[in-house]
Amino acid sequence: MIVVVVPAYNEEKKIGRVVRGLFEHGYEKVVVVDDGSSDETGKLAAEAGALVVCHALNRGQGAALRTGNQFALRIGAEIIVHFDADGQFNPSDIAGAVRLMREKSLDAVLGSRFLDERSRIPWLKKYLILPFARIVNRLITGIWLTDAHNGFRVLSRAAAEKLVIHQDGMAHNSEIVSKIGKNKMKFQEIPVEVVYHEYGQGIRGGLKVLTDIFISKLFK
Amino acid sequence: MTLIQIILLVVFLAGALSSVIRFKRGDIRPSELILWILFWLSAGAVVAWPDATFYFAKIFGIGRGADLIVYLALVLLFFLVFRLIISVEKQRREITILTRLMALKNVDDKKE
Repeated sequence: MIVVVVPAYNEEKKIGRVVRGLFEHGYEKVVVVDDGSSDETGKLAAEAGALVVCHALNRGQGAALRTGNQFALRIGAEIIVHFDADGQFNPSDIAGAVRLMREKSLDAVLGSRFLDERSRIPWLKKYLILPFARIVNRLITGIWLTDAHNGFRVLSRAAAEKLVIHQDGMAHNSEIVSKIGKNKMKFQEIPVEVVYHEYGQGIRGGLKVLTDIFISKLFK
Repeated sequence: MTLIQIILLVVFLAGALSSVIRFKRGDIRPSELILWILFWLSAGAVVAWPDATFYFAKIFGIGRGADLIVYLALVLLFFLVFRLIISVEKQRREITILTRLMALKNVDDKKE
């Protein structure tokens, strides 16, 4: 069984469309983790047919993904897909990623905006921020990826059981890649389309990711 | 004794009393009370006999006693900020765990 996990925070304008889009593409189990939204995100996701898990407080995307993973494993997921709630991703990319995972017996498939020309990435992000983020990601995770901080990923059940996310915020992305490397998991990147509605994390978001990673290192 | 010395000694005495009250309330452990009392006593001693710090400053190779106090205060502040960051992060993680447990329990409750 494929379970699509959608972490969502104040996405009432888009969540319904995203959930319906996933159903239209044949995914029957869509889990929306409403991460303490102050709007109608949870209600609209449930109305669209998703299984909704509600955080009473906003704890961040990493925390929501961990809750989603835990719930998905509990309901018997064999494959877990992480999919953003803001309508940036194309649900038709999931089938190819799942096929690739099954054919090559992979543990994880990671989405990349740079493997085809479909994503219209803002200039500054494409030529400055993301290449720099890739280098930082390489230093942190030990793995070279063509993209940095892409939320589209597919995990096998075994991988999801091993990849316990401790980063509550956006640093979960580097953490997951790092753990894929440390656990010597088989993974591959796949081209995905990202449609930009807003600019995304930006430089401040990147600095927050680095601070979170630094603080988590103090814990060890 | 100058006015500033008197004010500081009164403040430190109040600090020591507050530590004893917190201990009696059970807010701090006996070892913490001893540490706090030692801290207030040494702060009081430095204010009452400022020249005494010169002796310790010389041992550490620092010119003036006042400089030694500033350096020590800085080290102490860094240490306290570090501990504070760790403690805040720990609490944040605990809140997340609690939030997750509640969220998953609510789903189970709805099913029943």
